[in-house]
Amino acid sequence: MEARTHIRVEDLSVWYGGHPALKDVTLSIPDKKITAIIGPSGCGKTTLLKSFNRLIDLQEGVRMEGRILVDDEDITAPGADLTRLRKKMGLLFQRPQVLPMSIFENVAYGLRIHGENDRLRLGEKVEHYLRMAGLWAEVRDRLAAPAAKLSIGQQQRLCLARGLAVEPEVILGDEPTSALDPHSAERIEQRFLELKRDYTIVLVTHILRQARRLADYAAFVYMGELVEHGPAAELFAHPKDPRTEAYISGRFIESTGEDPD
Amino acid sequence: MDIRQIKDAIARRSMGLVALGVMSAAFLVGFGLYWRARPVLAGRRWTEILFSAAWHPARGEFGLGGFILGSFWVTAIAMVIAVPLSLLTALYLSEYASRRTREWSRPVVDVLAGISPVVYGVWGMLVVVPLVRDYAMPFLSSRLKFFPFASDNFTGFSALAGGVVLAVMVVPIMVSVMEEILRTVPPEIREASLALGATRWQTTKKAVLKKAWPGVVAAIILGFSRASGETMAVLMVAGCALQAVPKSIFDPAYPLPALIANTYGEMMSVPLYDAAILLAALVLFLLTVLFNAVGWGILLRLEKREG
Repeated sequence: MEARTHIRVEDLSVWYGGHPALKDVTLSIPDKKITAIIGPSGCGKTTLLKSFNRLIDLQEGVRMEGRILVDDEDITAPGADLTRLRKKMGLLFQRPQVLPMSIFENVAYGLRIHGENDRLRLGEKVEHYLRMAGLWAEVRDRLAAPAAKLSIGQQQRLCLARGLAVEPEVILGDEPTSALDPHSAERIEQRFLELKRDYTIVLVTHILRQARRLADYAAFVYMGELVEHGPAAELFAHPKDPRTEAYISGRFIESTGEDPD
Repeated sequence: MDIRQIKDAIARRSMGLVALGVMSAAFLVGFGLYWRARPVLAGRRWTEILFSAAWHPARGEFGLGGFILGSFWVTAIAMVIAVPLSLLTALYLSEYASRRTREWSRPVVDVLAGISPVVYGVWGMLVVVPLVRDYAMPFLSSRLKFFPFASDNFTGFSALAGGVVLAVMVVPIMVSVMEEILRTVPPEIREASLALGATRWQTTKKAVLKKAWPGVVAAIILGFSRASGETMAVLMVAGCALQAVPKSIFDPAYPLPALIANTYGEMMSVPLYDAAILLAALVLFLLTVLFNAVGWGILLRLEKREG
């Protein structure tokens, strides 16, 4: 792995009201690759992802230890500029979260927030990013319609366009296809493959086949612990840890005889 | 049929009957007022009563226009003060405050909402009226000699005093309803906006309020409805002198509820007087119905547009 490191996690631990969610995670996310974070539900994948843009700060009673460096800048330092960080990190949620406004305004939202008010440029950019998300052809005639009227798969592509419009460097996906039908999911996956030329992508998923299809690099998280990470092909073919091996072959992890606690 | 089913049937019927009784109270009140007000309506046109400000019971002139406008005037002043205060307070509590702040603020707001109107009225007489008389009125009225500031009423008992007292009374109700509504906005909307690099304020202004808007309108209408019917506190501070058309926030105002409370039961020897007061009550009742209908209309349309 000679790729430049884009996000570096150092000894990260996170607690929710005293309950540990992540323990001593150290991980490097390479630049312009797709990194898949895999693991069973509730293992801390989403927590890890949401600490990259400090969205976990919204949780009541959250405590963080350790450091996260994005472009060698410590984003966990007090006084870190969170709006700038979050602009840099586009996040796709598990369920598409469209804002209560029109299709056009959803994409324009982020642009306006960051100071773009020129109608002409807004129009051009909205079209550009809707094309990039593969949604333009379907919505070009009804940009003024409420975004909530779109199908769930279209909504997720709209969210992708909205995220891309603020010109992030990293795309974070929190199981972004889990609420979608297979066809819509495939379209999102194809977008990701195209986007990794220009973006660093971190994808949380519990769909192993998706991780295999997309990931260059994979990390397996279990019970708040980073069990194993490495190039995806290697991790899937020759897992080193028995827990990883059990998980990717679809067995109960407990049956490996190792007590994860 | 076993005993459980009989009980069930009894429960359903009796509760249905009680519910029907409660609902029909609204109609009975309206009809009762109309029935008792009929004598004054006989031989007079509705328009004459609603739009004329000539109130001379001894001469048989019962124009309610001045009182209706007085109601609107005081309520409007109250809302101009109360809406921004309530909205900003509710936004702070729901969007910025920590959970602990919210937990202790809630009972405080409830206590404010539960204080008896008479207490607010006394407070208005002791604090608000002198403040208006000694500071607000001399300061504003001498500098701004135009509507709605110019006035020659130097007592302090004024529409403004009534509005301020009313505002303080409806703020807790509106804060509590608005906060409730803001908390129904899914947290995901905030997350989506913040994740794009928006600040809290941008998120609140452009995403949260956008979603909560119909509910906020409903809260405002509820506050308006409450304020326009409030009697005691306004009666004590608003001056209660009849104005044909409100010309200043410093002039006295005479809202409908104050008229009813002030005069019903007195001067009953004047012919048609009690019928006229009951007509005033009917008008107040109909206005409340109207506000609510308009409010719901707006709400339903906003909701429909939201999809």
